[in-house]
Parts: sequence; C-alpha cells; structure tokens
Amino acid sequence: MVQIEHLEKTYQLKHKELHAVNDVSLTIGDGEIYGIIGYSGAGKSTLVRCLNFLEIPDHGSITIGDFGKINAENGKLSLTKDGKTSPLSDKKLRELRSSIGMIFQHFNLLDRSTVFENIAYPLQYRGIPKADIEKRVDELLEMVGLSDKKYVYPSQLSGGQKQRVAIARALSNSPKILLSDEATSALDPDATESILRLLKELKAKLGITIILITHEMAVIKSIADKVAVMENGKVVEAGDVYEVFAHPSQPITKKFVQSSSSLGNITKLIENDEVTPVDAPDRKLIKLTFTRTSVGDALISQVSRQFNVDLNIVLANIDIITEDALGNIIVTIQGPAANVRDALEYIHSRGVETEVITNA
Amino acid sequence: MPEPFASWFPNVANYWNIFLQALSATFQMFFIAGIFTLLIGGTFGILLTTSKADGIRPNRILHFVLEVVTNIFRAVPFIILLIFLIPFTRLLVGTSIGVKGAVVPLIFGAVPFFTRQVETALADVDPGKIEAARAMGSSTCGIVFRIYLHEAVPDLIRVITITAISLIGLTTSAGAVGAGGIGSFAINYGQNLHYQDIVNLCVILLLIVVSLIQLIGNRLSKAAVNRGLFTNPKA
Repeated sequence: MVQIEHLEKTYQLKHKELHAVNDVSLTIGDGEIYGIIGYSGAGKSTLVRCLNFLEIPDHGSITIGDFGKINAENGKLSLTKDGKTSPLSDKKLRELRSSIGMIFQHFNLLDRSTVFENIAYPLQYRGIPKADIEKRVDELLEMVGLSDKKYVYPSQLSGGQKQRVAIARALSNSPKILLSDEATSALDPDATESILRLLKELKAKLGITIILITHEMAVIKSIADKVAVMENGKVVEAGDVYEVFAHPSQPITKKFVQSSSSLGNITKLIENDEVTPVDAPDRKLIKLTFTRTSVGDALISQVSRQFNVDLNIVLANIDIITEDALGNIIVTIQGPAANVRDALEYIHSRGVETEVITNA
Repeated sequence: MPEPFASWFPNVANYWNIFLQALSATFQMFFIAGIFTLLIGGTFGILLTTSKADGIRPNRILHFVLEVVTNIFRAVPFIILLIFLIPFTRLLVGTSIGVKGAVVPLIFGAVPFFTRQVETALADVDPGKIEAARAMGSSTCGIVFRIYLHEAVPDLIRVITITAISLIGLTTSAGAVGAGGIGSFAINYGQNLHYQDIVNLCVILLLIVVSLIQLIGNRLSKAAVNRGLFTNPKA
C-alpha cells in the first residue's frame, strides 16, 4: 500500500512561488492501477517524483509498503519504521528507489548499450553472479516479448519496443510498485494500446501496483482502477474510475470525461446552433446516463410508447471503462408537460440518470 | 636516408640527429602533458558538471573555485603563461627548460581548455538518462561512470581529438622558450639559419600528424554513436 498524507512541494521561482503539490493525500491499494490525470503544470509529474524521492517533498509523509513511513519536514527526510524514527540515509534512500520501478515518456534508455545491457543495468555492481543476471534478463525479455532483440541497440527499435525495454529494466529488481510518467504519450495509437495491454498483463501476473500519470483520459479509461484528478497542485477529485466517469463532479473532471467521448460534441452542436438547449415543461434537452445495470435496456422506445412523448436522439455514446459499459444518450423529449414529467420520473426509476442541459 | 629525401631537404640531412632528437622531445612532451591533461582536465570537467546547481551533487564552493581557476588560465595567452610559470616550474621540477620544464606549463595551458570541452560534452547527455539512473538507485559515482562517461563517449573522443591537436600546437610554441622539440628545431635551424627546407619539413610533418589524429578521432567517434566501441553485436 502507498499512503500519501498532506504532501507539499513548493518551488522558489525568480519572482514567485510555485506550489506544485498542495496538500495532497491519497491511498493507493496493493495491486491497483492508479491513474493520476491533469493538464501539464498540474503537479502530477512532481507528485509522482516525490514517490521515489527524485523530488524531495517539503512536508508531509509517504508510507510505502513494508519499507516504512517517510516523513518530510522542511525538505528533510526521516524514516519511521517499527515505531522508531531516524533520519533517512542516502544509502537507504537509494535502496528505496531501486525497489520502485519507473518508466518515462522518452524511455531514457542508454543509447550506447544493448537491450541486454540496458535491462541488466540495475542488477550490475550488486554482487549478483553474471549467470543469474543473464537468466533474469532473459526472463524479463520474454515477459515483454522481445527475446529476439537481446543484442540490439535502442536506435534500431521502434518507440513501443523501446518502452518495452524500459519496462523490463524497471522490473528487473522485482519491484512491487511501478511508476509510469506519461509512458505512452510519445507513442502512436497502436503502440500505446500494446503497452497498456502489457501493463495490464503485468499487473495480473505480478500483482504489481502501477501508479501512472497521464493527460489522456483514454489511458485512464482503458486500464486504471482508480483515478485522481489534479489541478493546480491539488487533487480535486478521486475515486473509482467508473464512478468518476459516470458522475464527474468537478468542472475539470467533466472536461476530461467529455474530451474522451463523442459526447463532447454536444457543446459544438449547441455553439453552431444545430441544437438548442431548452428547459420548458413540454420540451427539454436531456442527457441520460446508463450505468452498469441499465445499459442493456430498450428504454427509449418503451418510454416513447408508454408516455406518448417524442424522443429525438441527438447524440449517443458508449464507453468501455475497465471492462464495464457506460452509455450516454442526449435526447430532446417533447410532449404534453405532464407526460414529459412522468416520463422523466419513470426513466429515473429505472436507474438511468437524467440531466437537463440548459447551457453546455 | 633515401636519396630523393636528401635532395629535397638537403639541410635536414646535415642535422639529421638533431632532427630526430627534436622529434622525440616533441613526442615526449605531447604524451606526458597529454596524459596529465586527460586525467586532470577530465576530473575537473566531471566535477564542474556534477557540482552545478542542477547537477547530481550540487556544491557551490567547489563549482565556483573550478570556474574561476579554469577561466583565469583560459584567459592568459599561452606564450605569456609560459613565462609567467617559469618560477613555479623551477620550484616544482627543478628546471624550466627541456621536456621536463615544458610539461608543467603545457598542462596548465591544456587543462582549462580540456575541462571546458569535457563539461560541454557531458552537458549534452540527456538529463532523462540521469533521472532514470537516479530512479534506479544509482549513486553519484555510478551515474558519472555508467551514464555520463558512458553515454558521452562519441563526444569525449571528439574533444580529446581537438585537445590533442591543440596540445601539439602548444608544444611547438613552448619550443620558442627553450622547451626543445620540433618547434625549436624549426626556429633555431630553419628560421635562424635561413634553411627554408627545414621549416618546410616541419610543416609537412605537423600536417601529417594532425591530419592523422583528426582522421582517427573522427572514425572512432563515429563508430561509438549509438553503440559500444569495439563491440561486435551478436545479432
């Protein structure tokens, strides 16, 4: 488990202070894929770097599995373990870092080393026999599907293959936690998908906890279990990915959710005067949200028949979020005021959420 | 000596032994000063890089001292540095002339130049690689040897080549103030005795040596880009 409590990190810039991480508290369970999403400058990169102390937080604490609780006070680190607190030594800090894997947007492989040498890097100079290193690297290569590239240099690999090598390198010490810093942002869609699939596989096979930061909602949608949304150094919304998608509460979260589904197009349609938002008793523009339980229903035609109202579908979208479907339909509903009211009530009673769009 | 050579450079033939001695003195100066420059300048270059404010081990005082020392010795023209250092050289090695006396100012002349070159070469190493190494738990030493020096090899070969060529230039300048070697041979026998063929031979010789160093440097540097040097990948 990783538990972040009241974490703070401020940078002193020339003329101002930048509060990159502002009182962040998060709990990340074992074996979870935890996504942290935000626009650039939101502080997610700093936050993830605080987790392996590439950036030293100013205040707060991070508890990492059985390593212990690391406290930061005015940028000084101490370790609390078994009730005892002592300053965190450089050696201990490096030990912690090597027990957490990390992958990067630009892979950061050594260009002058072969794939084998790159993956062996964390294992060398630790007194591990050569034969054992060789065996471990072969295992890792097989895990990421690059056994035939052992003696190839990174310049001969595609982006997706480079990231696979980086993943193998990050896993060489058998870490329990893997940090991913925009690992798919520099990849084409195919490579992105294959890397995400690999991460999912690794989670299932190794039970590893993956903390990934990204600015793409699609990444969160396809592999994360939990998500935290960051804005200006703060976590503004966090929880189960499906729940956050189905019921985004913060404006920024709504924006992210819209950006990843065609539902966002309603804004454009309204702007172009192709759809008019109305909220009259006899005519409304409504967004219906179908969650896990209600997705399969033939609700629209039923309502239309039963309540004698006209339902005109403007937009519809189905998302697959961590293997569950989330449906959205935007409709105009029209008919006698009483019928419209009853229809909406009925829809609601069937577990479908309704939201009147007045001004998108 | 082969016949055509003697007829092209008649006066060199008369001073053949002195010429050979000069050649040997130049090579001695070059190699001794070169090795010291490589070690000292290399170390300074690494320390300048790591001690920077955003380096892997910031150290303001060390960085400041190295900056100042490097800049001072870089600012003084070599011929002035030679004269300036005479008392110090005497104190250190007991003489200010000959190969022994020349090596000290040569080191002082070449180290600051090489330091800057190494610093520039290391600055070109992708900071992402440094960050990855830190994330993997590498120590400062580990990062210097396994990332900086390893990844910068092509650039380092290039700057060693440049420094070697400039060091040859410095050894000949040192010849003007009693260091011996090719430089003083060209001045004392070519210039002062008006034997143009001696000067010509020195020019041709230097041209060949410098071109060779440049050629080898370029080849090695190119061979080291995106791969290990002298390795033969099995795949």
